[in-house]
Amino acid sequence: MCGIAGIAALSPVAVRVDEPAVRRMLPPLRHRGPDGSGVYLDPRGKVGLGHTRLSIIDLEGGAQPLPNEDRSVWVSFNGEIFNYLELREILVKAGHRFHSRSDTEVIVHAYEQYGDEFVQQLNGQFAIALWDASRQRLLLIRDRVGILPLFYTVQNDRLVFASEIKALLQALDHSPRISPASLDQIFTFWATRSPNTLFENIYEIPPGHRLVVENNQLRESAYWDWSFPEQGDYLSGSDAELSEQLYALLADATRIRLRADVPVGAYLSGGLDSSALVALIRRHSGAPLKTFSIGFEEKSLDESAFQQQMVEHLGVDHSRIFCRNADVAEEFPAAVYHAETAILRTAPTPMRRLSGLARASGYKVVLTGEGADEALGGYDLFKEAKIRQFWARRPDSEWRPLLLKALYPYLETSGAQAKNYLRTFYGIGLRDPAQAGFSHLTRWFTTAQCKAFFAAELTEALREDAAERLTRQLPPAFCRWHPFNRAQYLEAKTLLGGYLLCSQGERMLMANSVEGRFPFLDHRVIEFANRLHPRFKMRALNEKFLLKRAMSPYLPKTIIERHKQPYRAPDIPAFFSSAPPAYVNELLSQEPLRRYGYFDAKKVGFLVNKARRGGQISYKDNMALVGVLSTQLCHYYFIERCSLSAFEISKASIC
Amino acid sequence: MNIEKKIRCYILENFLFTDDESVLNNDASFLGAGLIDSTGILEIILFIEETFDLKVFDEEMLPDNLDSVDKLVAFVKRKQAAMAAAA
Repeated sequence: MCGIAGIAALSPVAVRVDEPAVRRMLPPLRHRGPDGSGVYLDPRGKVGLGHTRLSIIDLEGGAQPLPNEDRSVWVSFNGEIFNYLELREILVKAGHRFHSRSDTEVIVHAYEQYGDEFVQQLNGQFAIALWDASRQRLLLIRDRVGILPLFYTVQNDRLVFASEIKALLQALDHSPRISPASLDQIFTFWATRSPNTLFENIYEIPPGHRLVVENNQLRESAYWDWSFPEQGDYLSGSDAELSEQLYALLADATRIRLRADVPVGAYLSGGLDSSALVALIRRHSGAPLKTFSIGFEEKSLDESAFQQQMVEHLGVDHSRIFCRNADVAEEFPAAVYHAETAILRTAPTPMRRLSGLARASGYKVVLTGEGADEALGGYDLFKEAKIRQFWARRPDSEWRPLLLKALYPYLETSGAQAKNYLRTFYGIGLRDPAQAGFSHLTRWFTTAQCKAFFAAELTEALREDAAERLTRQLPPAFCRWHPFNRAQYLEAKTLLGGYLLCSQGERMLMANSVEGRFPFLDHRVIEFANRLHPRFKMRALNEKFLLKRAMSPYLPKTIIERHKQPYRAPDIPAFFSSAPPAYVNELLSQEPLRRYGYFDAKKVGFLVNKARRGGQISYKDNMALVGVLSTQLCHYYFIERCSLSAFEISKASIC
Repeated sequence: MNIEKKIRCYILENFLFTDDESVLNNDASFLGAGLIDSTGILEIILFIEETFDLKVFDEEMLPDNLDSVDKLVAFVKRKQAAMAAAA
């Protein structure tokens, strides 16, 4: 993978892009592409494209930005086109001449052949900047589900774009501002809603979208989205037939993701998805496989025993890093710096450590099981929504809510206090189970309670509630989808795109120059899965039914049958189980809290005291404290240090 | 500090994160106000056990005993009276 950056003039006169301005954006992207860099400047100064390279395919050729035969089309590309061999063959037959073996070159020729719709031909993960010099138009394109980042902003008649916000900041003439509406979204959905970022006037190209810059105008359009049957027209077939089809698709999705001129490893958490993935790799590749995992000091979070079981079952060469509470506290600032957003969980932090292990072991590419839960129906939240739908049909039922106990075994369901809690908390929205956000109400409601820590001025600046706004922005077909599919859509559009793939995924991988590849997010797998009836995803309360069926011949029974354990890292205990690092005390003290102005300093003071005392820590308190701390860190890195030291922070590596 | 004051102070600081007395009514339901989640109940029980040196039994974990400042105060007083009578 790589980093891309660039500038386009948006005014017919007066604005001319110069090379130093583009070059200045590249050093902050060095971790994304340590193997080289390049700049293309349009002779008329209309556009400049920059690139930092991590070489994975065609190590000798493949330097970027890269042109077509007559140098009229230029591309700066971050990502992988996994079907590039097949596409290349088609394009050669159509008369295109190739100068390299790289997948990047396929892009310029595919554009010539298919026009803007060429993106439909690509199977991969990508952020593309393509300059068509003869037609004087720039295309910025992002992959279907948002695996790779691409940000942009408009300032002084220039469009500035880059793989990471820290590169954009190099081209701005003032430091950015944190957006109150974005904080509202983060403290509701755990992430901002695309196209918003934490910062005002800085946007991302939404997943599955392209932005065309032509005649000094920006035009954004969607070319792909998650979509589900509206009239019961699901795929037909028996369990056996459909699981065979799913297996064949997954095998092919995995096979094309093993294409690389460098060794490919895999993350192995010990859960179903990564175990299934590793089993697929073993079956479809002869190369020795190296796997990587995280072990935790905190026993309740540690999955080492399951990892070991898979390692023995499949005979892979496995390495593990061990994560102590103190490691999470020490490395949290670096994780936030790379994530470039406020986060409510520390969970990304160990993921950065894990990519460090992969890199130190000589691996630039890892496959992971990300996306299986969203596409094939694995989350507890989907089960919870199903139980709540069932309960809503008889809201007075005594025993229907008790099904939640099957889902959350730690739930106390005996005694009046516990029953009362169950009804109050999980009964939210029960009167209107058809409402758009029904599946996610408990999560959004609990998370939004952290907004109690917002400063009064911030709360006043919020004009509307993030959850209400979201439910008004859904596609028209949404209300015609099955409730299970609606929950999947919301999950894909909030947590997957806004947090898992970026803050906890790509950004933590790229922090150590490691590329992640995600066979479950192959669009053919998603499109197939989206046409499956929900009973193939959740049979009664058995999650990922069809995936288990497809993979059961190749996995130990204990892995197939184990209760799903969400990946988590220690939150408050990481910072307060022993003396917190100095930055925690500093950023959570009254003076910076007041000066930065996002939170009620006094309330945060009480929360910090509670955290210091230890004892029972609620889910809500964990989210609030991590959210406050990460917001403070973002302000420190991207606003305070940005203006104080003229962007030096972005140039100097902090980790 | 009397029982009511101690309980109010604890709830204010640990669940409402403030010392503003006006935000907490003694008869407001903790659950109804969304103040307390499942671990919150445990926190409160732990607090009254430690602060007032008493034991809360499973069958006493009822909303009638635990779900507002008034109810907690009455509950603690009943427990203390019962302990004094038994001593």
